[in-house]
Amino acid sequence: MCGIVGLFIKDPSLKPKLGSMLNDMLITMTDRGPDSAGFAVYNDDGSSNAKLTIQSDNAAEDFAGLDKALSDATGTAVSMKVVDTHAVLTVDASKLADARKALNEINENIHVMSAGESIEIYKEVGLPVDVAERFGLDQMSGSHGIGHTRMATESKVTTNGAHPFSTGVDQCLVHNGSLSNHNSLRRKLRREGVTIESENDTEVGAAYVSHQMELGSTLGEALESSLDALDGFFTFVVGTKDGFGVVRDPIACKPAVMAETDQYVAFGSEYRALVNLPGIEDAKVWEPEPATVYFWNHK
Amino acid sequence: MKSIDLEAQGLRELNITLQAQSEKIEDDSWEIINPKGSHALAVGLNAPIEVAINGSTGYYTAGMNQQATVHVKGSAGPGVAENMMSGKVLIDGDASQYAGATGQGGLLVIKGNASSRCGISMKGINIVVGGSIGHMAAFMGQSGNLVVCGDAGDALGDSCYEARFFVRGSVKSLGADCEKKEMRPEHLEILKELLDEAGMDAKPEEFTRYGSARNLYNFDVDNAGAY
Repeated sequence: MCGIVGLFIKDPSLKPKLGSMLNDMLITMTDRGPDSAGFAVYNDDGSSNAKLTIQSDNAAEDFAGLDKALSDATGTAVSMKVVDTHAVLTVDASKLADARKALNEINENIHVMSAGESIEIYKEVGLPVDVAERFGLDQMSGSHGIGHTRMATESKVTTNGAHPFSTGVDQCLVHNGSLSNHNSLRRKLRREGVTIESENDTEVGAAYVSHQMELGSTLGEALESSLDALDGFFTFVVGTKDGFGVVRDPIACKPAVMAETDQYVAFGSEYRALVNLPGIEDAKVWEPEPATVYFWNHK
Repeated sequence: MKSIDLEAQGLRELNITLQAQSEKIEDDSWEIINPKGSHALAVGLNAPIEVAINGSTGYYTAGMNQQATVHVKGSAGPGVAENMMSGKVLIDGDASQYAGATGQGGLLVIKGNASSRCGISMKGINIVVGGSIGHMAAFMGQSGNLVVCGDAGDALGDSCYEARFFVRGSVKSLGADCEKKEMRPEHLEILKELLDEAGMDAKPEEFTRYGSARNLYNFDVDNAGAY
């Protein structure tokens, strides 16, 4: 069992409240996943900058002077904002790949949570309320966000086993369920040159979707093909720079509820997660159909 | 009418209070306010009382119900009216998966749609759905009636025994050993009664009956692939 929440803002006036709304939804899903939590927030400031969100178990030491070291290594300006065990490094978008490569050379103990112009991912072990507070989720603004509360089944309770997983620029995926063919699919994807860091089943699902998109699929097509490629139970919620998608396996035993108003589209593993959203009483509320891809895009 | 505010009084007090009506009926009409999608509301009731829930609910609403009438003025989460013995559960909106599972009696009315596995392993309950239902409805259904005013999804009535299924719209596919049946006068009568009791505006003649082909009752090696 895990809990998923997601929010896609349609009315720009709600953007400053994305974090506080998502925070409330995430904490409500604590009893579906009390061992770890994480969230992705998409906030494109319209600049030409890109962001690397990084994590270290030894943040004080590993992050000290990191911005300067990275700036020297890449020959470009790097700014760093440390948030608890995470930090957001901002570089010019054209230097994103260089910065990521240099980062690995500077200190391989630093994990990259996400990379992109819009995305920031924060995740840690602990109760969702504590994780959200450590990173100040309720103060964040953005155009869309996805949160996850984890009850581990397929791999250890670690930061890297927590969701969301990001396996492509500005992409992320969260999962409720378990995949049964993740080992064979991981081997296949690695043979094709895809980087998969953990032994977690969900990361394989995320990597599969990202890989399909690299090969030219749209997100909708990638999710559609995941229905054939993945064996097991899943409700996935995925994010891209501009969009937000949902897909459930054909058996659909993992719960899902969606709500839509003129102001937002919301996802919750349970209706409880949605009850405090503005205008929920008059929202269109429905259960997403099995084996059906749903997708919303800002453009 | 007595009112219970779930937010103020909590789930345990709510269920203890309602369950205590089986000893002595304080009031025959109750309302629950601020349900906010909570789980296990109004479960294990055993008294001829009416309970209105003012909003949508989470998992397992009105489970194991006996005698009581529970009215959800919203939608219900997974497992509503699970193992109902008698009484009535009415959902104004939609119901999530396995509504009415293993129910042994009583009437479950869902005005909207029901999702997957509605009436799974039903054992005597009557279920009337105003909208459509999802896949694997009434899997291993043993007795009772499932009435669907809209369409049915894949694998209706898979491995069913003697439960009856009445569908007004289309059936995406029938499950193993489920077949279309002749609608005889006694079936029209059962259907009319159920539609009337559920308050559904539909004519019995518009429905098609489905039920067990009775080929999988006893193991036969020739059927091994169907199990």
